[in-house]
Amino acid sequence: MEVSVTVNGTPQRHEVEPRLLLVHYLRDVVGLTGTNIGCDTSSCGACTVLLDGKSIKSCTMLAAQADGSEVTTIEGLATGGDLHPVQEAFREHHGLQCGYCTPGMVMAAVSLIEEVPDLDEAKVREGLEGNLCRCTGYHNIVRAVLAAAGKPVGDPTATAGAAS
Amino acid sequence: MTALDTPPAAAPAGVLGTRLRRREDPALLTGESRFVADLVVPGALHLAIVRSQVAHGRIRSIDTAEATAMPGVVAVFTGDDLAGDWAAPMPCAWPVTPDMKNPVHHPLATGTVNYQGDAVAVVVARSEYEAHDAAEAVVVDIESLPAVVDLDDAMTDRVLVHESLGTNRSYTWELTPDPDAVERAFAEAAHTVSERYVQQRLIPSPMEPRGVVVVPQPFGGDVTVYSSTQIPHILKVMLAVTTGIPETALRVVAPSVGGGFGAKLNVYAEEILATVLARKLRQPVRWVEERSEHSVATVHGRGQIQHIELAADADGKVTAVRVRLIGDMGGYLQLITPGIPLLGSFLYGGVYDIPAFSFSCTGVFTTKTPTDAYRGAGRPEATYAIERAMSALADEMGIDPAELRRRNFISADKFPYTAAAGLVYDSGNYGPALERALQMAGYDDLRAEQARRREAGDSKQLGIGISSYFEMCGLAPSRALGGLGFGSGGWEAATVRVLPTGKVQVVTGTAPHGQGHETSWAMIVADKLGIDPADVDVLHSDTAIAPHGLDTYGSRSLAVGGTAVYLATDRVIDKARTIAAHLIEASADDLELSGGTFRVKGSPDRGIALSDVAFSAFTAHNLPDGVEPNLEASSHFDPPNFTFPFGTHVCVVEVDTETGAVAVARYIAVDDCGNQVNPMIVEGQLHGGIVQGAAQALLEEAVYDDDGNLVTSSLLDYMVPSATEFPSFELDHTVTPSPSNPMGVKGVGEAGTIASAPAVMNAIVDALRPFGVRDITMPASPQRVWQAITSAQGAAR
Repeated sequence: MEVSVTVNGTPQRHEVEPRLLLVHYLRDVVGLTGTNIGCDTSSCGACTVLLDGKSIKSCTMLAAQADGSEVTTIEGLATGGDLHPVQEAFREHHGLQCGYCTPGMVMAAVSLIEEVPDLDEAKVREGLEGNLCRCTGYHNIVRAVLAAAGKPVGDPTATAGAAS
Repeated sequence: MTALDTPPAAAPAGVLGTRLRRREDPALLTGESRFVADLVVPGALHLAIVRSQVAHGRIRSIDTAEATAMPGVVAVFTGDDLAGDWAAPMPCAWPVTPDMKNPVHHPLATGTVNYQGDAVAVVVARSEYEAHDAAEAVVVDIESLPAVVDLDDAMTDRVLVHESLGTNRSYTWELTPDPDAVERAFAEAAHTVSERYVQQRLIPSPMEPRGVVVVPQPFGGDVTVYSSTQIPHILKVMLAVTTGIPETALRVVAPSVGGGFGAKLNVYAEEILATVLARKLRQPVRWVEERSEHSVATVHGRGQIQHIELAADADGKVTAVRVRLIGDMGGYLQLITPGIPLLGSFLYGGVYDIPAFSFSCTGVFTTKTPTDAYRGAGRPEATYAIERAMSALADEMGIDPAELRRRNFISADKFPYTAAAGLVYDSGNYGPALERALQMAGYDDLRAEQARRREAGDSKQLGIGISSYFEMCGLAPSRALGGLGFGSGGWEAATVRVLPTGKVQVVTGTAPHGQGHETSWAMIVADKLGIDPADVDVLHSDTAIAPHGLDTYGSRSLAVGGTAVYLATDRVIDKARTIAAHLIEASADDLELSGGTFRVKGSPDRGIALSDVAFSAFTAHNLPDGVEPNLEASSHFDPPNFTFPFGTHVCVVEVDTETGAVAVARYIAVDDCGNQVNPMIVEGQLHGGIVQGAAQALLEEAVYDDDGNLVTSSLLDYMVPSATEFPSFELDHTVTPSPSNPMGVKGVGEAGTIASAPAVMNAIVDALRPFGVRDITMPASPQRVWQAITSAQGAAR
């Protein structure tokens, strides 16, 4: 069957198998491999993209269901040579290590900041519950998202100075 | 932080110890990085593995006819079909005893299967979807045999996993330097504790599952293997051995790797299988692991039953520790399966001055996924046992657990300290980290609040858990590894070149997968040369570019690999100094390098930039006699000792005694990894490490049913923590430089994980002491906590 999707502002039209997942469409057909796959139960959020501006896990829907939609992937976030403010905040606050969950985490954060005006630590943690990270313990991801949202993040460590 | 022994002299040096942002990040943040599954190889065939659904059985038949006829299928192979294609069995590089039993196994099983997930056939197809469709059409008939799930049951040999071995015991390894001293200490003890702890199996679960892409050049002869691995160098050697392809024809590349945690410190069936099939079919092949497949086909961590006894005198001074372990090997021995419990063996005395030591471990086969390295590898288990047992002893004696630790710490003036187990700890100063952690926690106030809640019968009880840990990392002195029977050395290699334009290229044998080596190694070199770290490029993880290396695991990369970078830079500087002296007609002894320029001491206007020296070394028009062109030097650093990071973590929990729910209210960590190259990266390693250990305490467990079926085979059932599970962390550090390397650094990748599980469990048990609860088996799920409260109350009644 045929699907037409605008991906990162570029119209795409392809003949696909009806069972093709959106994430496979983006990666294998459109050729945008920045969106990662981390599980097979829609648990990890590595494949999070924006569908018409809202974050979705692209393994939970078929490419066919995205027909007529606008999709933004991690590749569509930076403009020109500049990182998006959320990407910049993740770098500034060391919100990534191996980087595999990062594209999905960043897309989820972009959506969260858009949707929740009065973010605090608890709301960030709640809002990112569907995106798993195995490296950071979430500490610096939370700080990065708060910073990107213009909220105070405090010192990198709760206390400064060495004991000896 | 403490200065290095050759402190940088002038600006812009001094980048060491700063929170420099990572150079790795822009590519990772924009989707530009390429993980294995992202590699586009025209014409690549896709592999799907057919796995045993049963834990233990005899293969009666495998019918591949229907699958072979399906659309897009190129071929289907069973273990029998490929029996002639292996040059050697799957490798185990750590024969821990001369008589260790190691069943021969190959990438595809023949005859018997020995765990659920054991690979029995492979489908090769033109697309991933077609490969998976066909894999489901392969009909595997297996006669089930009884499963061996429980470790105590495995020890009885009631059911043999491998009948031909005649026993389930792979080995018994003992370390008791002075048996009489141990007997005497227990006979004379005023107090003893005897504890049994279960280290449940864990599924490592890096966010990127494994994957491998193999590109052969049938006429050129070379085979390039792209794998999501921590060990490209070791993998290359092992692929040569297991496939028979000459090592000179093999190139192994680890592209961006999405986390490892020890799970990718292995040589896997799929890597060998893909390499053999690419050669056989003369076409590129790719295999990408699915998450549910990862749960059964990638090694598990932990899996031990620990019995630990402490003897103490009337003052609480511990006089002996005796440990008996059963280690769950799983169905086969993987790369370093049998050695994992031994990596922890030396740590069972903890940070305490204990004169008598006895350790013994028996590794047993079960019909479960093989175990192997998982963040900390043996050392979290050991730390858990001694730190839980110390708190149990404090409880037994009615002493505050912090006070008992103070009484037993190895005092700072005893370093280097030779432990009863025989290991020499190069440095340590345990008291200040404990005191700082208690101060940050507000320990006395917490105890007062705890007392208040106990008195009031509050349904939410407060618990305070202490874990004073140390570990041995920076793997490893090659001689020490040789003494333990390990099949490799522990050195690391680096090359540093100053290019004709003055830019610097570093080649490292480490294989980072999230640790930020590109940033940190550039900082080390830039600091020494007095140049901008942005002018230093770091190459790694490709055996064609970095031919020498022993890769990344065991918190070794900075202490061993970073030191090799440091030493190679010294050698480059020495050569540059000789050339610079020649060019400006000065004595080499009078030249000092600062800010990227050699200057004559006392005449700072006389000098030459390092970049000019590099260009002269490149043109070679005017070099001193006997000096070769180009500025390049290498180092192969073999460390004289392990490094011994340490610290104290304090966990504060609230336990809801009505529901059994545990909430981590605060987590304080004071760690000492010596001098820090980049504190931002150090803290990141600690945050992630703490959560991984705390998740063992609270959430994660690979659960098998009695038939050997893995019940927790997806992320729906296996509880990898999410952002809501833990609070932000309160960190500080002390600095006790390691004398075992010139930068005074120690590993930090595993420290958080090693420290945190006992801190959390000590806190939970501490909260429930008034109920008579002495232990809860990990993970302390609400159900288990509630049951522990209920049964302790029942027993009291």
